Amino acid sequence: MELLWLAVSTIAIGVFGCVAWFWGSNWLLDRIYPAKGEKAGDNIRRAGQIRPWLFLGPAILFLGMYLVYPVFDSLWRSLFNSDGSQFVGVDNYVWLMGDGKFRESMLNNMLWLLVVPALATLFGLLAAQLTDRLKWGNIGKSLIFMPMAISFVGAGVIWKFIYEYRASGETQIGLLNWIVTRFGGEPQIWLTLPGWNNFFLMIVLVWIQTGFAMVILSAALRGIPEETIEAAVLDGASPLQVFFKIKVPQIMGTIAVVWTTITIVVLKVFDIVFVMTNGQWGTQVLANLMYDWMFRGTPDYGRGSAIAIVLMILVTPIMVWNIYNARKEVR
Amino acid sequence: MADLKLTSLAKSYGDVSVLKDIDLDIKSGEFIVFVGPSGCGKSTLLRMIAGLEQITAGELQIARRVVNDIPPSQRGIAMVFQSYALYPHMTVRDNMAFALKIAGQSKDQIKAATDSAGKMLQLTPYLDRLPKALSGGQRQRVAIGRAIVRDPQVYLFDEPLSNLDAALRVATRIEIAQLKASMPDRTMIYVTHDQTEAMTLADRIVVLAGGGIAQVGAPLELYERPVNEFVAQFIGSPAMNLLPGRVKTVGSVTTVALEGGLEARVAIPTREGDQGMQVNLGVRPEDMREADGDALFEGTVDLTEALGEVTLLYFGTNAETVPIIAKLPGIHPGLNGRKVRLTADPDALHLFHNGQSLLYRDGDLPPYQPRTTPSGSMGSTPAGDDRQAPTDGIIKPEGPVR
Repeated sequence: MELLWLAVSTIAIGVFGCVAWFWGSNWLLDRIYPAKGEKAGDNIRRAGQIRPWLFLGPAILFLGMYLVYPVFDSLWRSLFNSDGSQFVGVDNYVWLMGDGKFRESMLNNMLWLLVVPALATLFGLLAAQLTDRLKWGNIGKSLIFMPMAISFVGAGVIWKFIYEYRASGETQIGLLNWIVTRFGGEPQIWLTLPGWNNFFLMIVLVWIQTGFAMVILSAALRGIPEETIEAAVLDGASPLQVFFKIKVPQIMGTIAVVWTTITIVVLKVFDIVFVMTNGQWGTQVLANLMYDWMFRGTPDYGRGSAIAIVLMILVTPIMVWNIYNARKEVR
Repeated sequence: MADLKLTSLAKSYGDVSVLKDIDLDIKSGEFIVFVGPSGCGKSTLLRMIAGLEQITAGELQIARRVVNDIPPSQRGIAMVFQSYALYPHMTVRDNMAFALKIAGQSKDQIKAATDSAGKMLQLTPYLDRLPKALSGGQRQRVAIGRAIVRDPQVYLFDEPLSNLDAALRVATRIEIAQLKASMPDRTMIYVTHDQTEAMTLADRIVVLAGGGIAQVGAPLELYERPVNEFVAQFIGSPAMNLLPGRVKTVGSVTTVALEGGLEARVAIPTREGDQGMQVNLGVRPEDMREADGDALFEGTVDLTEALGEVTLLYFGTNAETVPIIAKLPGIHPGLNGRKVRLTADPDALHLFHNGQSLLYRDGDLPPYQPRTTPSGSMGSTPAGDDRQAPTDGIIKPEGPVR
């Protein structure tokens, strides 16, 4: 009960605080530069220059506190030893280069990077095109989109059941092993199959992200002027040629945005691996490796931070390109 | 080579009938223009010919081949769209080459075709540009070029000039006329709502209204011998004035007693027994002039529009009826608020009964000869005619059509 009160009052204070800030600061600004009197014009101009900062101020402050400061703090911490008591320079990075698990993570991340965005975008594009002209297309779209509403942890749990293993002879409760045994195969411990298990994890993310790709690409496909398609039909193009030579090139910008957005999600992938294999059996990825060093057993803040920095450096250029493309699309 | 034959063509969307009973013969090498008010189905008819719309009923022949179920690309047609419909991701050259590439032509053939089309349309400097780097007029020329490289038997134009500004529209219109002149054996079908384009480009105009063909004829024929009030008011700007009255005396020249007490002599024959028949006297604004003696219209000028070469006089703008408009050549200052008496030549007048022209009462007219002098007579040419019969049913515009 006490907790509930705490929560409610926190919300109330938060909302009231926001209103008070925006109303109060604007009121004060109008007091300092009133829009009347001799200097009305000057005052309006000056107030106009300051006002955006009143609105942006809180956001900038909190973003700085929770995003920018941690970046620099991580960078700083990555130069210290495990408990932060001793400056070690780039030792943590040198250690990373020689660490087998780190190399495995980098390699796996690269694999995720290649497979997941490609498959999710491809399936999304196909789903968008194929559901567009069907009567029950919207139902299909809803079904494909639904996994987007499931958290990564939830999705991981669901798929862990699909890959679940029971010894041969016992009743298989995992969907995949049930199918395999139905067709006379031997049940497999899917998540420990070296090499393959990475792909079994990736399927989960593809399953989630296809809906996202489909929704965005479907909107883009609908934005293509109908006349260009009719002109292509008159020019003798087959439906496949219309799709690949007329439609896809026209939505290339959107495809790039979808691709890079999924790429960023993939680089940060953590929950699915954490829930399903915890990085064992050759499925380690950077985010999970960072978590391992940062919070498991005896924490090593230095090495954990170093991995975090590497991860950030990998994401940043893709992020920049993504934002650039997205802005180009808007224009 | 490629004449078109439309037989009882019809289009409906579910229960909604858009076009019905379209019968039309288009001869090879003709320039045909479809005109009509918005929603009359002119674009739909063109898209049916192109194969972009299914034909609900009837038969469409191109070059003596029934093409109802033949895909658009195999009908021997090319189409130019109002919005240009250029492929935005391809250069001008690739836009023009697309159809040829699909058809599997060799690189040399494609280059030769695009080069010559580019030269013909003065697009050579722009061949490697993307459409977005071109002006509206250039884009439309690329769209035309895309049609030319395919060398179709029939060109279809769907309001190709509507997205251009006024000056460019005139220039491109002339280019299209020259294009047609350079390939006399190619058939062109052109859809527009702009009657200037229709009058200047067409060999024959097809006026569409109310889901059917109102009249087919040479531009000046539609202007001088409209088959009904709709065509009379649709062709010509400002629209023809209609003055209600009754037939007073019959004969080769008819006298009409107009509402308001005035009389008009009309060079259209009427028969015994027509006396007292309710008619609408049609008089074009540009045929009206100030009367020395008898007038067929008198009224107080409510508004003048001085355009320099002509002056437009409006009568009855404040009333709820359609205003009467007169177009006098030259400059006439100080007419506002004055009472004016106007008349017109008996040859220039039209008579309509129940919306249909009395000229066509006895069936088809002899072939049309333009009226060259104000006193030139109509219908004095030899008989023998292949004109379309006027459609039955009365098509009456609701208020001013334009």
